[in-house]
Amino acid sequence: MPMTRREFIKFTGLGLAASSLGVLGFGASGVAQAAAVRPFKLTRATETRNTCTYCSVACGILIYSMGDRAKNARSNIIHIEGDPDHPVNRGTLCPKGSALLDIVHAPTRLRTPRYRQPGGTEFKDVSWDFALDRIARLMKEDRDQHFMTKNTAGTTVNRWTSTGMLAASAASSETAYLTWKVVRSLGMVVFDNQARV
Amino acid sequence: MSDLQSQDYVRRSASTMTPPSARSHEDQVAKLIDVSRCIGCKACQSACMEWNNLRPEIGHFEGSYENPADLGPSVWTLMKFAEYENEQGNLEWLIRKDGCMHCEDPGCLKACPAPGAIVQYANGIVDFISDKCIGCGYCVKGCPFDIPRINKKDHKSYKCTLCSDRVSVGLEPACVKACPTGAIMFGSKTDMKDWAGERIEDLKSRGFDKAGLYDPQEVGGTHVMYVLHHADKPSLYSGLPDKPQISPVVMAWKGVIKPLALIGIALAALSGFFHWVTAGPNEVTDEDEAQGERVLREAESEKSS
Repeated sequence: MPMTRREFIKFTGLGLAASSLGVLGFGASGVAQAAAVRPFKLTRATETRNTCTYCSVACGILIYSMGDRAKNARSNIIHIEGDPDHPVNRGTLCPKGSALLDIVHAPTRLRTPRYRQPGGTEFKDVSWDFALDRIARLMKEDRDQHFMTKNTAGTTVNRWTSTGMLAASAASSETAYLTWKVVRSLGMVVFDNQARV
Repeated sequence: MSDLQSQDYVRRSASTMTPPSARSHEDQVAKLIDVSRCIGCKACQSACMEWNNLRPEIGHFEGSYENPADLGPSVWTLMKFAEYENEQGNLEWLIRKDGCMHCEDPGCLKACPAPGAIVQYANGIVDFISDKCIGCGYCVKGCPFDIPRINKKDHKSYKCTLCSDRVSVGLEPACVKACPTGAIMFGSKTDMKDWAGERIEDLKSRGFDKAGLYDPQEVGGTHVMYVLHHADKPSLYSGLPDKPQISPVVMAWKGVIKPLALIGIALAALSGFFHWVTAGPNEVTDEDEAQGERVLREAESEKSS
């Protein structure tokens, strides 16, 4: 656009005047704009109660996942925090518990049972069917071989001491009761729980 | 107004407008950090990163328990560990959770030149509105506690929000909720001061006769307060300022020079207007035109010769 020097000075002067008016509080620079906080990210997330996976304190946690469990929505865990109604921790968590979200999504997390053959050097992924069948088979063989019905004094003992069981801490009382029943009904006496640590 | 106003605010950076203030009966919130109950476990740090979706780069061991080494655009709260040998020759491990203090009179907001990039809500929380931030770094200069950090990637300033998103729906901040020892508490400012009073009394009864509340009046009080066993020497706690002050440069620039300059601009405009009314515009006479033409011709003939 051709412009004389006089016009150029007029335009720049107008611009200066307009911005000065803005600075002085006239016009658009003083318009109230919403100062919005970050939207709350859990408004309709699904809340699930669970127990922290880490230590034997077994803190209660709330797991928040995306979606309302509709057929077409895949749940994805987006946030984990302490359960305020849980008597153990009453909402608090330790640094590891506070960072649980990253163990849920950790790329190195174990997703399937892994098996290393006797004498083998490498672990390989196996199916749950394979793992459970093999555990059951080995337990049965060992129990058949070493189960004691009577001790040297002739007293009935019905015990199986050559296999032990280590149970988790992150279990409800009901789960712990069932674990106890299953293990003891086999006659197993070597039985410990991480919750006792 | 087409704007949605999700939370009342009382201060807004670089703005001359008056914030809506009719709904003034809102309780001020506060976070109380009881240094004497803190065990330095960093659950607050974890919870902060988890809630705010922050994942700073994994750093290196710097010879201190502080991890990461400093606050950053993705590190909004940091446990600072100070070793102090007291008068009896005993070691005291003074652990302080560092982060934004949410001043009643925020230096960052005063220094900020971007309209609406820093606001203070009616409940006392000072929040950075990132999309309006221009990354100039004045807030870093304005902060008496050296808290805000500029992100080199997006050129925006970041700091603790006191979980304004949680507080606005009636929840406590993530760090407060996680704290396993109850060293971080959250509630109305009045309640937090009362609770601090009880704690200080208890500390005094156990030999910490200098115990007290850190709620510095130099910045109008803060919405994050500390219970300190050595309230007479806050600087023991990894350099917590004894008397936090907004930089005199910021005070002079924003408090004196800027208003003076505005008055100057207004005066210049007014005097220009009155000069135009009284003296009128500069008239060009025929003689001036002729003189001008002659000078131009002479210059041209000189150029061509």
